[in-house]
Amino acid sequence: MSEELLKAATRKYGQAEVYRVEGESVPVTFEANKLKELSAREASGVALRVINKGRIGFTSTTNADDEAGLVARAGAVSEFGADAKFSFPKQATVQDLDVFDPRVEKVTRARMIDTGRDLIERLREKWPEMLCEGRVGRSTGRMNIWNSSGVEYSYQETGYYIYLGGKLIRGTDMLNLWQGHSSAGWFGKKETDGILDRLLQQLEYCRNIAPAPVGDVPVIFTPRGLAAALLDPLLAGFNGKNIADGASPLIGKEGTKVLDDRISISDDPTVPMASGSRPCDDEGVPSRKVVLMEKGVAGGGYFDLQSAGRAGRKTTGSAHRSLTAPPGPGTSLIDIAPGGTPYGDLFAGIKSGLVVEELLGAGQGNVLGGEFRASVSLGYRIENGVITGRVKDTMISGNVYKALAQVEAVSDKAEWVFGSMRAPAIRCRGVEVATKGG
Amino acid sequence: MSYRDAIHDALQGNGADYCEIRIEETASTRLVYRGKGLEDAVQSSGRGGNVRACVRGGWGFVSFNNLEGLKARVKQAVAQARAVGGEGTKLAEVEPNVRTVKPRIVNDPRVVPLAEKKRRMDHYNGLLLSTPQVQSINSVYAEGSRHVFFGNSDGAYMDQEFIHVTCRLAAQAKRDNDIQEAGFSIGSLGDFALLDGLDDEVKAVGQRAVDLLSARPLKGGERTVILNPVLAGVFIHEAFGHLSEGDNVAEDKKLQEIMVMGRKFGGKHLNVTDGAAMPGLRGSFAFDDEGTPATKTPLIREGVLVGRLHSRETAAMLGEKPTGNARAVGYNFPPIVRMTNTVIENDKAKFEDLIADVKEGVYVRGWYGGMTQHEMFTFSSGEAHMVRNGKIAEMVRPVMLSGNLFTTLENIDAIGNDIGMNEGGGCGKSGQSPLPVSLGSPHIRIRKCLISGA
Repeated sequence: MSEELLKAATRKYGQAEVYRVEGESVPVTFEANKLKELSAREASGVALRVINKGRIGFTSTTNADDEAGLVARAGAVSEFGADAKFSFPKQATVQDLDVFDPRVEKVTRARMIDTGRDLIERLREKWPEMLCEGRVGRSTGRMNIWNSSGVEYSYQETGYYIYLGGKLIRGTDMLNLWQGHSSAGWFGKKETDGILDRLLQQLEYCRNIAPAPVGDVPVIFTPRGLAAALLDPLLAGFNGKNIADGASPLIGKEGTKVLDDRISISDDPTVPMASGSRPCDDEGVPSRKVVLMEKGVAGGGYFDLQSAGRAGRKTTGSAHRSLTAPPGPGTSLIDIAPGGTPYGDLFAGIKSGLVVEELLGAGQGNVLGGEFRASVSLGYRIENGVITGRVKDTMISGNVYKALAQVEAVSDKAEWVFGSMRAPAIRCRGVEVATKGG
Repeated sequence: MSYRDAIHDALQGNGADYCEIRIEETASTRLVYRGKGLEDAVQSSGRGGNVRACVRGGWGFVSFNNLEGLKARVKQAVAQARAVGGEGTKLAEVEPNVRTVKPRIVNDPRVVPLAEKKRRMDHYNGLLLSTPQVQSINSVYAEGSRHVFFGNSDGAYMDQEFIHVTCRLAAQAKRDNDIQEAGFSIGSLGDFALLDGLDDEVKAVGQRAVDLLSARPLKGGERTVILNPVLAGVFIHEAFGHLSEGDNVAEDKKLQEIMVMGRKFGGKHLNVTDGAAMPGLRGSFAFDDEGTPATKTPLIREGVLVGRLHSRETAAMLGEKPTGNARAVGYNFPPIVRMTNTVIENDKAKFEDLIADVKEGVYVRGWYGGMTQHEMFTFSSGEAHMVRNGKIAEMVRPVMLSGNLFTTLENIDAIGNDIGMNEGGGCGKSGQSPLPVSLGSPHIRIRKCLISGA
């Protein structure tokens, strides 16, 4: 079916690409401390992209009866499509990468239910008033890509994940906490217990409510806090589309120092069995590690074919796509290098400061300019070097290029954040903290 | 075989306490502009379905694209529900209607040629780009139709269709490393005329992006803010709407104590309503995704909590009436409790009255996004002006407003008489996004609102 589609489209337009995905996910869901729902979600579909007289035509469907009409529809759309700044690539050598774990397919529902129940029970042993939610699931999928230049590639992947959270209400104070881990492969007791341990640690920090600090105080972004606050505004500058548009603040800065020496960041889709890893990108280009920032010096960004063509660069194998939209540049597994300070020492000498774990409403405002601002949905007050409680009604704002140029320390261990990013904790300045009454 | 017959046959002898099948056919067109012009033109279609079953209070859900073997899917969903089990199925009674509902079509976007859609968008984006100092655009035209065929084991069957049109037009101005964006979002149910006559608004947006470059950022802190109807609509959706969703409350005894009927949340001037039975809006429909007829639900009357939003299950759990608020974004999700069209009702104040006695405050307009987590909420304005001694003064950078439901609603000290609807947004919850909703309000004034600077 896919080969026929490719042949027909190539005959008609000269250049074509067929992308087909199929997958199934099987989650078990817990609500209000109890098992609530078992589900099985299958999804499949096909997308056709053509280059017709120099213009891109894109169409997709999840309706098998519509597939016969895709060639004509792609042509019709191409009349109004964007100018293609690329040709479909030739088949390149794709390195084998472990992203399929046969053990995942064998995880039974009964086992997933037991895993979830056990976590909730253990959490409620210590915090009986906690109302828990959770999700344990596995998925399998297959990605296939063919193009008129000879790419013909397919790989199978698995996924396994556990999310556990809940809320704690005291008076009109509501605390909402979440932890989780995901991986292409099955994971066992160590990672699973890690989810619970981190939740218990957070609950401990939240026992008291403390007044928020005000002004430009030292702020420690935990790995999660880093992901929530700083990652999007930082990655926006490296996004090939923004570079092609001339909108990235990093244009012309490649090879120059823009952040503190201790900041090194890469996107690495070749970590075996990591969630988000893959042997090739969604245009069939082999995956590779892309260095975005090396010791504070800016790298060149990440690109798919079209953004690379527009920016006069080469694809970095960073194409990501959903079924219903053309590919665009994206990241798979962000790796932020650890530094040299033991985590506990990050707090040393802070008279008054803030730990940022989770934000609410991040991603609003001028992200492209490097700005961040959000409510702190989970953060802790630091007083005289120790955490004294959770802060409420607090907002932070700043600019990532300024904050990460004022790094005071980077912790010596990188931790997984929901299985899709590895990062240390970073202590920096240049973040404005506002609070009610402040 | 028709979907109706297929659904009917597959539900026979299912053995669950409750079972439903929803099949959907979808079609969408998108034109995405960024940089200096068109980035993507896309046409997609889809078809899929799901079976949801309940046995002793436990749920099974199966979704798929291949519609063959519906009976086996029913079996699978029922087996899953049985494996969950529980203390008993609680679902509020709803009369099993059998209806075909015609879609609302004013000017059918589906019959407008793609060339014309692109011509319109090219024109507006051209206007934005012709503004001196506007560097790039960030605009989207999106049109989607969703044809839903629904049947359940109570004997209900509905055939409903929805055609949504949304458009965002935004410009980015750049000076050195400073990039500022201004834009606006609009939407309609079945009306392509949405794209008529926007020249003045588009030109103003282009200029505003440029003006923002010279606007100063505000320092964070507590201030008096006046919200325009678009932003006040986002505010009530985020600050209050989500906590009135019954699924948050149904199994949470403590939250039930907090969200107890009769609790005072604001002054006598505060009246809040949600309902899909308000006609012609993006959150409007005849039946929700469980087949419950749409209603209009008063949530706050004269400052007092009087109602909340329900699915059949949450209504039964709390012994309240179903309100027709169970909605799904598509066939691959089960319906959950969602808002539809949410409004703060008009009071008496004129806009001039709202600012007249403000010595120093901020007038915030337009919308950039918002989120909520239980009682905490946050949302961003698209633009902001200082108010000094009762007059609108200089433009400042857009701000983010944040707060706590229990204090902020009380701090609304004046409500205008000029309700306006915002149809350009979508709502996200539990991974289901964007769900068509509309938000409405007159101008409102909030004292001591926490804002953060740019």
